[in-house]
Amino acid sequence: MSKIQIGILAVQGDVTENFLATMASMSELGIDGTVVQVKTIEQISELDGLIIPGGESTVIGQMSLVNGGLKKIKEKIESGMPVFGICAGMIFLSKNSKDKVVGKVEQPLLDVLDVKIERNSFGRQKDSFEANISMEPVGISSFNGVFIRAPSVSETGSDVEILAKFNEKIVAVKQGNILATAFHPELTRDISLHKSFVKLVDNLN
Amino acid sequence: MIPLSGDIPDSKGAICGKIDSNSVVRGTSTLKRGFAHMLKNGVVMDVTNVEQAQIAEEAGAVSVMVLDKLPSDVRKAGGVARTASIRIIEEIMDNVTIPVMAKCRIGHMYEANVLDETNVDMIDESEVLTPADEYHHIWKWDFTTPFVNGARSLGEALRRVEEGAAMIRTKGEPGTGNVAEAIYHIKKVNEELRTIKSMYDSDDKQELVKMAREFKVSYDLVEETAKIGRLPVVNFAAGGIATPADAAYLMSLGCDGIFVGSGIFKAEDAQERARAVVLATTFWEEPDKVKEAQKMIDERQSLLGLDVKNLDLKMQERGSTV
Repeated sequence: MSKIQIGILAVQGDVTENFLATMASMSELGIDGTVVQVKTIEQISELDGLIIPGGESTVIGQMSLVNGGLKKIKEKIESGMPVFGICAGMIFLSKNSKDKVVGKVEQPLLDVLDVKIERNSFGRQKDSFEANISMEPVGISSFNGVFIRAPSVSETGSDVEILAKFNEKIVAVKQGNILATAFHPELTRDISLHKSFVKLVDNLN
Repeated sequence: MIPLSGDIPDSKGAICGKIDSNSVVRGTSTLKRGFAHMLKNGVVMDVTNVEQAQIAEEAGAVSVMVLDKLPSDVRKAGGVARTASIRIIEEIMDNVTIPVMAKCRIGHMYEANVLDETNVDMIDESEVLTPADEYHHIWKWDFTTPFVNGARSLGEALRRVEEGAAMIRTKGEPGTGNVAEAIYHIKKVNEELRTIKSMYDSDDKQELVKMAREFKVSYDLVEETAKIGRLPVVNFAAGGIATPADAAYLMSLGCDGIFVGSGIFKAEDAQERARAVVLATTFWEEPDKVKEAQKMIDERQSLLGLDVKNLDLKMQERGSTV
């Protein structure tokens, strides 16, 4: 078995925090692999798995379009590479997104996750919150969900499995090799979600 | 996870509440500092109206900062500079999807209250406006909305963190189009961080105590900062940035992102320049991309700029000693 390589998309957002959480996950699981911060088509081509971090989805989308990264990421996901999108990353993966207040805004999306997203679904920064979340389908019964100007999923396609809801809003989903959450596991000490993603990448390798 | 050094977990700004029957907590340091982490590698642009805010969003700004006048106009106008019109801030909030920040005067608790009630995403307690209290900054732990503050040295930065700032930026010299001061400030902070890190690494507690006295902050905050070797909150560059090359250089000095004030909307090629500064900030490590960004702007259309030595008003000095 070859060494796995997981990339953190380093266009904009909290790249370092995801880098550290993924490194810690690998070492705790005893998996031999590397974690790299990626931006260019060449770097993305080498990956066995990719994490798209939190940030602003409009910026991550536009800047990934500029250097052709968007097309390469889409191609890799469609050919089976596991991907984990967090907050902005979840929006970027989706087929359709609109803002709760402003409505439809033109923004580049990867168009691979069959969901409709409502951006800023819980309100502005003052409404950002921490709350306990349960993700039974992936065996995580309790998780501190950190929601920062978070989106939610308003509609799901038939292949999409719902992993977690908060207050009747869908906040974590899985569709084949795609994992996405509206909250930020990388901002907490709990690395269980990053670990389950690393395992997903490792199993496929 | 993110550093929570100096956190006051039971501060007034952290509020337990409910969304329907679910318990939630708001305004914690994880949420406030975490918000700033989401801005990293991005560009925050100063704007004065909806049209500029939309240009900024389309160009790839990570957030916009609403002012009544751009810093270079504040400088020209003189008089007292105060927080922007609430109606304009609200109009911008209704028309862009990215976070909206606004400035309040240093120490002006009630301008901050008004901005907090307005629901802006972050408040900048800013030296660009006329200080309201020469002796005290705002006690930011009392707010659920996160704050950003300017600093030109490590001591100043840590004093602001101790008061509850969730993010720091260099002060530079606002409204000049002259990046020299911002470069000086980030280099100074970096040098002081290296100094305390080496004290920590050699377990020299006595020297760290002396630094805490000099910085006028608690020993614990100095020790935790020395241990991680960087500020415990996100640190952006601000003050005088006018071109893509300015932005890329500051990123290379270790800044987490960029604030551009007058540099964009006082230039005659604002739309192109906004895109170019974002491009250079994102791809600062790739010289060909920075060149491509720099080629998008026309130097003849840059903000003329001012020599810092001849200024009557140095905004960076406001609130820096306390």
